[in-house]
Amino acid sequence: MQMIELHSIYKTYHIGDLAVPVLKGISLVVARREFVAVMGASGSGKSTLMNILGCLDRPSSGEYRLDGQELSRLSADERALVRNHRIGFVFQNFNLLSRTSALDNVIMPLTYTAENLPDREARQRAVEMLHRVGLGDRLNHEPSQLSGGEQQRVAIARALINRPSILLADEPTGNLDSHTSEEVLEIFQQLNEKQGITVILVTHDTGIARHAGRIIHIRDGVIENDGFVAQRMHGSSQPEREHNSDSSGTQESETGGVR
Amino acid sequence: MKVYRTVRTALRALRRNPMRAALTMLGIVIGVAAVIAMMEIGNGSSAAIQNTIASMGAGSLMVMPGTAAIGGVSSGAGGVRTLTPQDCEAILRECSAVRSAAPVVQARTQVVYANRNWVPFFIYGTTPVYLDIRDWNTLAEGEMFTDRDIRNANKVCVLGQTLVRELFQGESPIGREVRVKNVSFRVVGVLGSKGANMMGMDQDDILLAPWTTIKYRVAGSSLTNVNQSSASSSTSSSVNSLSQLYPSSQLNLYPIPSATQAADTPQPVRFTNVDTIMVAAQSTSEIPLAIQQMTELLRERHRIHAGEPDDFNIRNMAEMIKALTSATALMTKLLLCVALISLVVGGVGIMNIMLVSVTERTREIGLRMAVGARARDILRQFLIEAVVLCLAGGALGILLGHGGSYLVRVILHWPIETSLAAIIAAVLVSASVGIIFGYYPAWKASRLDPIEALRYE
Repeated sequence: MQMIELHSIYKTYHIGDLAVPVLKGISLVVARREFVAVMGASGSGKSTLMNILGCLDRPSSGEYRLDGQELSRLSADERALVRNHRIGFVFQNFNLLSRTSALDNVIMPLTYTAENLPDREARQRAVEMLHRVGLGDRLNHEPSQLSGGEQQRVAIARALINRPSILLADEPTGNLDSHTSEEVLEIFQQLNEKQGITVILVTHDTGIARHAGRIIHIRDGVIENDGFVAQRMHGSSQPEREHNSDSSGTQESETGGVR
Repeated sequence: MKVYRTVRTALRALRRNPMRAALTMLGIVIGVAAVIAMMEIGNGSSAAIQNTIASMGAGSLMVMPGTAAIGGVSSGAGGVRTLTPQDCEAILRECSAVRSAAPVVQARTQVVYANRNWVPFFIYGTTPVYLDIRDWNTLAEGEMFTDRDIRNANKVCVLGQTLVRELFQGESPIGREVRVKNVSFRVVGVLGSKGANMMGMDQDDILLAPWTTIKYRVAGSSLTNVNQSSASSSTSSSVNSLSQLYPSSQLNLYPIPSATQAADTPQPVRFTNVDTIMVAAQSTSEIPLAIQQMTELLRERHRIHAGEPDDFNIRNMAEMIKALTSATALMTKLLLCVALISLVVGGVGIMNIMLVSVTERTREIGLRMAVGARARDILRQFLIEAVVLCLAGGALGILLGHGGSYLVRVILHWPIETSLAAIIAAVLVSASVGIIFGYYPAWKASRLDPIEALRYE
């Protein structure tokens, strides 16, 4: 079973009487443990695609299956549950709560989980997540006391706190310099390889090719190009590639993305 | 558990922006403080007004003997004498709504000291509780006569200010003797000044003495002359002007019956009577109950059958009671208006700042939704924030209002009265203001679209 299956997703926004089609039939399959980069010019519909993938928005038509579960017809509350349990979000502008310690920022999503974790356990888990992103010594720093890269790492820890199987990142390096971008992408890659988390990120950075296993180009609401990166900079992507090859075999090919 | 967690989240959110929280609270703080201060000062003033009116006699009742019509001729109020000192004792003992009761025997005659004389408006024979009933607790000099003086019919008296001025002219009257109808009374005390009553009568023109002394030594009835049924019973000196001409003699309007005549027409023997019984109710509001209890008791004691008219009248100061209750009601309504206005102002303040806060925190709301908060989680969080603010503001307001009214008492010497009801009401109202005025902003926050909210700058 595939992690994510999209079948001819359409999304049209209505501004007054004007219908603005943004996504015009996207079909996509992402397997478990994949690292996908979505690229495209601004206005191409990649953010809308991310919102639909992240269950923040519903497609106008089409099917979206996550782990085999059809999500496009869920109620708002059910989608909130999916966001809380299965999806981790990382934003371009970090979106950390100001004047709140890194630790409390990371704990925040647990407030909305149905299972009530005892305070101590929640804290312990948050500390563990911060250690994982290399901020073990910055637990009680507030966002204003952290650098951009550190803030984004806190945001990643926050995304991981509910142990999601997918991490969605909308231009996570957009506000960072090239050096810290590299560090952050490094973290994504490690999470992908060591924890087996499926990562989908939107980026403008062509250097991403060194980290991602698959790059999808979107243009005017359709997939223009969907290709696997033959050689990763940082080693063994062999299992992923095998994984990917069967998914691409059924759904996409280098040219099959365009419909 | 969930609520506790939400409260903690709300507290964290408030702590992140203490200035905004303080400003939000300010409205409710001022509202509640105004309510508490107004209630305390208003209650104090109201109580002071009530006390003033009560001291004018609004709380007191007078039991008068009823009228008697014999063969169609009414003798007017007081025409028959039906009240006894035992009635007074029974009223005090058996009527729960009665605080105190005192018999009063009246006389009107000349009071002489040395070469000066004066006819005081009131010469009252009574008991020491009379002063308590009249709210006349301050004696300028000396002290009140005692119950022992009453038992012994001692010739002692207490004088009002006017009488002292007329008879003594600056001398201290304590220990001096004044003559009332040729009976010498030793002055034991001087009453404090009370001024004119509502009819304009000088209440200081008074001589108080034990009722037994007035009854038996001054008013002319003696223990051997207790048969009150004939016309002689009403020959008190105040009525018979001829007695002024012959001060020490009782004038008989009718021929004295011979022993045979007396034996032929036996008169019912009655106990000694009093002219009036003054009664104080436990409180102004219990006056109707006191009247009802006394009516039942006196009808029973006087053996009046159902359907027969009372042989006594109970008078209250209806006009003054009306003034009293209307003053109290007006005060309460005024306070209520002030309280409502200030709380609505506070509530609108809270709503405004909460609305601003929702706009300002749009991104945060979007983020919370993105990590899995449902609309109702957001609604609850903002609602609880508002309620927490209101409750904290309410608590602060109570302290501030209490402190304010305390200052007013210390600096301006106004009477204040702490009211627990006002405090409880303030807490309840501030919580409900939080819910009512916090609901709209919270609802607005919960309706945000997470994508729009996240993109909001």
